[in-house]
Amino acid sequence: MSLDLTLYDKVLENRVRLQIMSILMANDSYDFNSLKELLDVTDGNLASNLKSLEKEGYITVSKSFIDRKPNTRYSKTDKGQKAFENHLLALEQLIKQQYN
Amino acid sequence: MNQQELLKEIGQIRNMMEKSSKFMSISGLSGVLIGCFALVGAGAAYYTVYGTKSDFGYRDYYVLDQQVLWKLIVIALLILLVSIVTGVLMAKAKAKKHGQTIWNPTSKALLKAMAIPLITGGLFSLILIARGNYSLVASSLLIFYGLSLAAASVFTFREVRVLGVLEILLGLLALAFPGYGVWFWAAGFGLLHIIYGLIVHKRYEK
Repeated sequence: MSLDLTLYDKVLENRVRLQIMSILMANDSYDFNSLKELLDVTDGNLASNLKSLEKEGYITVSKSFIDRKPNTRYSKTDKGQKAFENHLLALEQLIKQQYN
Repeated sequence: MNQQELLKEIGQIRNMMEKSSKFMSISGLSGVLIGCFALVGAGAAYYTVYGTKSDFGYRDYYVLDQQVLWKLIVIALLILLVSIVTGVLMAKAKAKKHGQTIWNPTSKALLKAMAIPLITGGLFSLILIARGNYSLVASSLLIFYGLSLAAASVFTFREVRVLGVLEILLGLLALAFPGYGVWFWAAGFGLLHIIYGLIVHKRYEK
């Protein structure tokens, strides 16, 4: 079996970014603080990874205020979803290849 | 990357998807405790209606008596309150153990899913009481509670779905056999919660 590495996504090689995308796959949207609690990472680390996902066009950001406190929500884009699915396929192929 | 790392990575993806969309901090043992409270409540209700001196099946009082009715409502509300406090406190403790809080997107989704059937059922029962249809209250509360569990099960342990369906079945049986409400309540809110709690405790908390 030949290995198709075009599906493998360098952006999602980062563990935090891959986990952010996993969460956004299972939910319509998620807010910053809940992401932070779930992933157990620092504000700075999370923010920079979210920024790079946004730059890549994988997620969209919407800012609003709840009780005058800022609430930043993130959701996946179609492009992000496709990239995630492809990345999973690539991981699957990598695993299969090592079995052969 | 080697095989092990890859499998670990996929495991983490799965874990995150589940953790972010399901509220798993509900304590199984709290289910057992809540079931016990319900049994105590059912016992108290039984003696309120049937008295202590009569043989099985013979009533000292009927629920039509206003004073008895109020006693039953107070018992039910008291048990409800104690159960909610127990459930919340034990969920809090369980969440803390895993470094989480209990007020997060998953618990909000869970409560939202439960709210509509539960509030509907509560109002439905109040209207029944106001109109004097007391014999229908036990069955309708079981049915609506079961519906709310079935709706909430998407956001927590899948066992909750089975629990919900069983509560609905008991509610329907209670509807078919009026007058045995307290027995169906003891079974639905007592026994089923205890069994459910033990199963969840064994599967997820060991």
